[in-house]
Amino acid sequence: MAAVAAVAPLLATHALRRTFGGLVAVRSVDFRLDRGEIRSIIGPNGAGKTTLLGIICGRIPPTSGRVVFNGRDITALRAYERVALGIVYTFQIISIYKRLTVYENVALAAERRLMRTPLDHLVAVRLPVAEQVEGALDEVGLRGTASRIAGSLPYGHQRLLEVAMALAAGPEVLALDEPTQGLAPDEIASLCALIRRMSATITILLVEHNMQVVLELSRRITVMDRGAIIAEGSPREIEANPDVRRVYLGL
Amino acid sequence: MTGQRGRPVLALHVAVVLLLLGLQFVVSPFQHGMLARIMVLAAFAVGYNVLLGYTGLMSLGHAMFFAAGMYATGLTVFYVGAGPVDGFLIGLGAGVVLSAAMGLIVLRTTGVSFLIVTMMFAQVFYLTTLYFNRITGGDQGLILTGHLHPLRLGALQLPFADPAVKYNVALAVFGLCFLLSLWLTASPAGRVLVAVRENEDRTTMLGFNTFTYKLLALVISGGISGMAGSAYTLLFSYVGSSFASILYSIYPLLWTLVGGSGTTIGPLVGTALMTYVVDITSGVTPGYLIVVGVVLVVIILKFPSGIVGGIRARWLPWLP
Repeated sequence: MAAVAAVAPLLATHALRRTFGGLVAVRSVDFRLDRGEIRSIIGPNGAGKTTLLGIICGRIPPTSGRVVFNGRDITALRAYERVALGIVYTFQIISIYKRLTVYENVALAAERRLMRTPLDHLVAVRLPVAEQVEGALDEVGLRGTASRIAGSLPYGHQRLLEVAMALAAGPEVLALDEPTQGLAPDEIASLCALIRRMSATITILLVEHNMQVVLELSRRITVMDRGAIIAEGSPREIEANPDVRRVYLGL
Repeated sequence: MTGQRGRPVLALHVAVVLLLLGLQFVVSPFQHGMLARIMVLAAFAVGYNVLLGYTGLMSLGHAMFFAAGMYATGLTVFYVGAGPVDGFLIGLGAGVVLSAAMGLIVLRTTGVSFLIVTMMFAQVFYLTTLYFNRITGGDQGLILTGHLHPLRLGALQLPFADPAVKYNVALAVFGLCFLLSLWLTASPAGRVLVAVRENEDRTTMLGFNTFTYKLLALVISGGISGMAGSAYTLLFSYVGSSFASILYSIYPLLWTLVGGSGTTIGPLVGTALMTYVVDITSGVTPGYLIVVGVVLVVIILKFPSGIVGGIRARWLPWLP
């Protein structure tokens, strides 16, 4: 497995660069993500983590460079096309359909995969949407909330709902942008357990500030500073890395 | 999920159509003509609501689609001698083609820019109808009386001047658009439109090409508006550029908001209410617009989400 992965990463970027006016947000980033891992990207504010994630998911076009997924150059693909390939994203600021029910939120994610022909768009599909919705809600621990209005859920549950929507969208890679932000400690613990469970079948790409979460979950950690990758390695290696300590602690 | 709710919803909508069918036998001849007009204009509002209520895009250019249906039908009847059915289909086609062409350009914008750009397109169309006044009749318009053949159903000859024909053709067009919009709300594509309205960014990140869905909504909306314009011309034997003016972009917006944007029945309620308020008050006082204004303010205060929207929020959450 490891040997195969070393030959062909699930996702890779080559000489990726993105500028905003005179600001270089991402400079010449060669990033690779192996199948099945939990990878965290860390770094101080403004390091380019979210921009990198945005380019990978197709939300932000790169100024130059390439993104390769499963051996295929996807640089030109739009965000929605990448979702169909299995690159799914959850927002830093919770983004759900607050006025729709929990069921409808997840069903939209599931239906996109089931709506293949024009006829599927026209006739209420008798496809296993309900099962998929139930499965996704069970997985994240929101069983029994299906008929509630999403915006009425407590904050932590809204975060879980967004993860359930991501699951129903059928991810191969799940990019989570600061998922623990604003969560209570016990909610963080259960989200970590959930991420670990999901990683059995899904590759996880995590941008996260909570170092405890990062060190506990990640197989490998990528450290960014000022738009470039300055270190990469296991949690233990990263903890011991002097560059990282300098960037983070100013030592 | 829809299975349990689907039946009463469908029954309610069929009941509304049956009610309109029955009304023609009890109302006075004057009301009879008024209801025919209301139904055609309500069909226009139904089309508008597909875009505003179910997709979240506010246009100020729908007069263009209504007038396109009107002129396409009117001009082919007047100059080419087309029959009413051909004329109607051409009117529908004009609404569809024009909305698709405009959509490819204006759907690059959202919010206020969308509002302004659609309005500009409609103004260009309006001025074009005035500029070519030798053909279109400009603001004088064209009267189709004498050019329009009766509608033929088998051996039946149905002249549009006959009030019963007028009423029932209006009802058929309204019923078609009304049930079409109901079916759209129940369809998976319709649910994606609501998703675009509620949170477009999220919808993109669930893997939907939101541009395509918005274009679909605009084309359905423009097609229905074109049908309504075409029917108006056939029933009232007239085309004129006043129907392409900004007022006819504002009307469907107003009717939809008053009745309840994002409800299937709201456009009918809003159109009927506003038409009757204007009709009744203008008979009482020349300053009737003040009364209309007061009525609008009261409705907005009491029912910020429109009359049917308010009913849905308070009593009938299952209304589509």
